[in-house]
Amino acid sequence: MIIQVVALLASEDPTVTHHWLLPETAEIIYGGLSSLIVFGLLYKFAGPAAKKALSARTERIQKELDGAAEARSKSESEAADIRTALGDVEVERSRLLAEADTQAAALIIDGRERIANEVANLETKAAADLVAARGRGADELRAEIALLASLATPAVVQATLTDQTKQELIESFIASVGASR
Amino acid sequence: MSNASIEAYARALFEIAQAEGNIDTVENELFRMARAFESNELLRNTLSDATIPADRRQSVVEQLLGGKASNTTAQLVSLVVGSGHSRDLPAIIDTLVKRASSEKKLEVAEVRSAVGLSDDQQKRLAAALTKATGKQVNLKVVIDPTVMGGLVATVGDEVIDDTVRTRLEQLKSRI
Repeated sequence: MIIQVVALLASEDPTVTHHWLLPETAEIIYGGLSSLIVFGLLYKFAGPAAKKALSARTERIQKELDGAAEARSKSESEAADIRTALGDVEVERSRLLAEADTQAAALIIDGRERIANEVANLETKAAADLVAARGRGADELRAEIALLASLATPAVVQATLTDQTKQELIESFIASVGASR
Repeated sequence: MSNASIEAYARALFEIAQAEGNIDTVENELFRMARAFESNELLRNTLSDATIPADRRQSVVEQLLGGKASNTTAQLVSLVVGSGHSRDLPAIIDTLVKRASSEKKLEVAEVRSAVGLSDDQQKRLAAALTKATGKQVNLKVVIDPTVMGGLVATVGDEVIDDTVRTRLEQLKSRI
């Protein structure tokens, strides 16, 4: 058979085909078989690798997708945290402002109360000083009157002591001493 | 001068007056002289001034008492002044008066009055003081205008004061 094939080949021009489009039947057969073999080999040996590569790529892409989803989730979480923090800051700010308002109101009330107390104390002290000054004035007046009276009394008494009065005082003394025992 | 010296002078003057036989008169005159000495600053300073010669001071005494007191009194005062113990004259005389009263078993009753007391008043006053104190008294009246009115009697340590001056002082204290 080989001889026949070689003879066949030798009998024909290898550079010219029987049809302008289709190859020779043998070439189709050999080519088809070779293609099948090649495809079979490819399927057998390269298929798993390709399948594995595709699977790995799919897995990588899935991982990337998962990572992206995770990153997105994390970002959303952080965004939520930031929003929460912003909300907390706002609440804290409101609380601080409210506290400041409360303290300011308390300070105003306390200040008013203190001022009212101080005014009351000053009024009380002023009233006491007034009373004391009035008392001092009265005391000084009494002392002055007493001084004048003590200075004037002897002169007045002396002027009223006549000889008769003096004699009466002597008689009174004698009588009272004599009657004492 | 010590108390002993005052006592010695008083005893000497008393014995002289007693020897002269007019102790009562001399005692009264000396008593009045002592009070005048106490109340008159000029007299006190003059008779106590050591820069004035003793005979000059004695002549002042004689001029002062001459005709107003007995010779014995003038001589006794002159004796004390001449010896340079004028400042102790009241104490010497008071001791003498006490001694004289003691001799008669009497207690000196010094009575101060703004005006003089009549003999009758003195007798009644002496009797009243005797009754009040239980002691026989030798009344010595001192004219003291500062009492203003009423009397103050001192018998030993006892003082009976009913003078206008004291009442005024009490009034001042109350005021």
